[in-house]
Amino acid sequence: MKPAPNSLRLGPDERGHFGIYGGRFVAETLMPLILDLERAYEEAKQDPAFAAEMRDLQAHYAGRPSPLYFAERLTEHLRGAKIYLKREELNHTGSHKINNVLGQILLARRMGKKRIIAETGAGQHGVATATACARFGLECVVYMGAVDVERQKPNVFRMNLLGAKVVPVQSGSRTLKDAMNEALRDWVTNVENTFYCIGTVAGPHPYPAMVRDFQSIIGIETREQMQAAEGRLPDSLVACIGGGSNAMGLFHPFLDDPSIEIYGVEAAGHGIKTGQHAASIAGGRPGVLHGNRTYLLMDDNGQIKDAHSISAGLDYPGIGPEHAWLNDMGRVKFLSATDDEALQAFQLLCTLEGIIPALEPAHALAKVIELAPQKPNDHLMVVNLSGRGDKDIFTVADHLGGMK
Amino acid sequence: MTARIDARFKALREEGRAGLVTFTTAGDPDYDTSLAVVQALPQAGADLIEIGVPFTDPMADGPAIQAAGQRALKAGQTLKKTLALVESFRKSDAATPIILMGYYNPIYVYGVDRFLRDAKAAGVDGLIVVDLPPEEDEELCLPALKAGLAFIRLATPTTDDKRLPTVLQNTGGFVYYVSITGITGSAIPDTAKVIAAVSRIKHHTKLPIAVGFGVKTAEHARAIAEGADAVVVGSALVEAVRTSLDPQGRATAETIKAVTDLVASLASGVRAARRVAAE
Repeated sequence: MKPAPNSLRLGPDERGHFGIYGGRFVAETLMPLILDLERAYEEAKQDPAFAAEMRDLQAHYAGRPSPLYFAERLTEHLRGAKIYLKREELNHTGSHKINNVLGQILLARRMGKKRIIAETGAGQHGVATATACARFGLECVVYMGAVDVERQKPNVFRMNLLGAKVVPVQSGSRTLKDAMNEALRDWVTNVENTFYCIGTVAGPHPYPAMVRDFQSIIGIETREQMQAAEGRLPDSLVACIGGGSNAMGLFHPFLDDPSIEIYGVEAAGHGIKTGQHAASIAGGRPGVLHGNRTYLLMDDNGQIKDAHSISAGLDYPGIGPEHAWLNDMGRVKFLSATDDEALQAFQLLCTLEGIIPALEPAHALAKVIELAPQKPNDHLMVVNLSGRGDKDIFTVADHLGGMK
Repeated sequence: MTARIDARFKALREEGRAGLVTFTTAGDPDYDTSLAVVQALPQAGADLIEIGVPFTDPMADGPAIQAAGQRALKAGQTLKKTLALVESFRKSDAATPIILMGYYNPIYVYGVDRFLRDAKAAGVDGLIVVDLPPEEDEELCLPALKAGLAFIRLATPTTDDKRLPTVLQNTGGFVYYVSITGITGSAIPDTAKVIAAVSRIKHHTKLPIAVGFGVKTAEHARAIAEGADAVVVGSALVEAVRTSLDPQGRATAETIKAVTDLVASLASGVRAARRVAAE
């Protein structure tokens, strides 16, 4: 699939820009490393041995390809589009995060780095990173907001079992953005031996493009699987968006198929109007944070606002720069789902399909519940089921208890 | 135009000593106290003044400066008020260079052109923006130079000889050498390594070189001043502010004195340095 000259899949430019978004807004200490990383990644991309090692790990360690599953009872229930779930929750470690982590850890090995750091919100990226570090015998330190440590305890325990050190971050709002600040502070201190494994399609160039490339396996498989199942491409794609890596992984291989509708679902928390949400596109504006320009939640003085979402993985006041650009281009339509809508969708999938989704993709499912009935029966809709919900059962139990 | 900065370093050269650059956070713990602190700095021995622009997410700062920024934001400090603070300072001091140090987002949201106009009018001489490397010069550095403000770049232990020319291009006023790989106020720099790094950078530029990150005491300041043109102290000063506050986090009668006493001590350290041939 070589992109055409007018393709939407050519970005970023050589300086890491998607339109006005992206870039490399980092301290000078990190700049030489980021340039090194960019070089190392460009070399790895050209190296058939790197691709072969990735394919082997994807197949035998992560368990790819993940199934594209026709959700028959959900489809019957919603009486509209034919709904397929891309089962990323069946990957090793329980989410799409392993796709990116395997790529970055192989790259870290090529670069001779022995110490890996990562930030995590829900803990899925932290677990995936701890897993890959255990597999390759690398030291692993995961920064996690103290609030998230509390609400995602099972994942903290998993990371500890895998030999990673989890550092609870007490600064700021004590969630994902603060974990990222602290990881950057670690990186700037330990530049010599440390590789920063960023978990989403954000951060300074080349991270947004690199993470997207590693996650694009989701969309590439979906194309083939849908061709096999239905003899044609899907009509629409739906995915949840925090930083947006699962969404970008699904969307990117389809950006040049203009007839395919693409929906990104942000977390509306208690509702966009309440100000307590994590919807950077719906409620934010362009600014610069964590190495890139993108839509951010902030006040009129450029101070970053705390995000809110029931889902720790979406609880971030920014979004990947390529999503920001695709929004401005009008190629991806951004919607948002509230905490309550996500909880309802979560329960629906449990009872109709016997699948406990993570709260993150429950946001995507919440919009599928709205979108699917508006579509004809031959409309093929793919939802990225980016993670499984085991980690969320206590949060859900708390909320449902409260709703009674 | 970096007239005030150039004049100050020329005067320091004539005196045959290194300068002391102080960093305090605008609005910490409140606007009036931070203005009074800044007004008292030159008398206490500060040769150049850096004023921190508070930001919610200061990625390159350690706990001390993070906390100072949080105190200032809680007290309602904004970029606009920081410019007002500089304007007030300039009414009584036309000579001491003022450098704003912070992160890009508050400036970006304020509007680059409007910010440069207002900063210039307020009497700001230079800018240090931590998250704008040379790769992003079009954002603020080039417009700042055009507006007549110095854009002071950080050079770090990871900035090798190959990269130094990139970092030094478009740098004005002075070069800020970050003495450690790390965040502000963390590790104590190895003086011998720092002095070697300064002399390495001197091969690439005629600009004065200030050294900061991790300098806390008069003795550190003296040791660094033997090889550098100026020594920057920040975390230790904002810690002096913090320890002077009452249990509710309000300024006390001790706050200004706590800062000026430390500045006086640091200044005596800088002035006691036996300068090696730094040229």
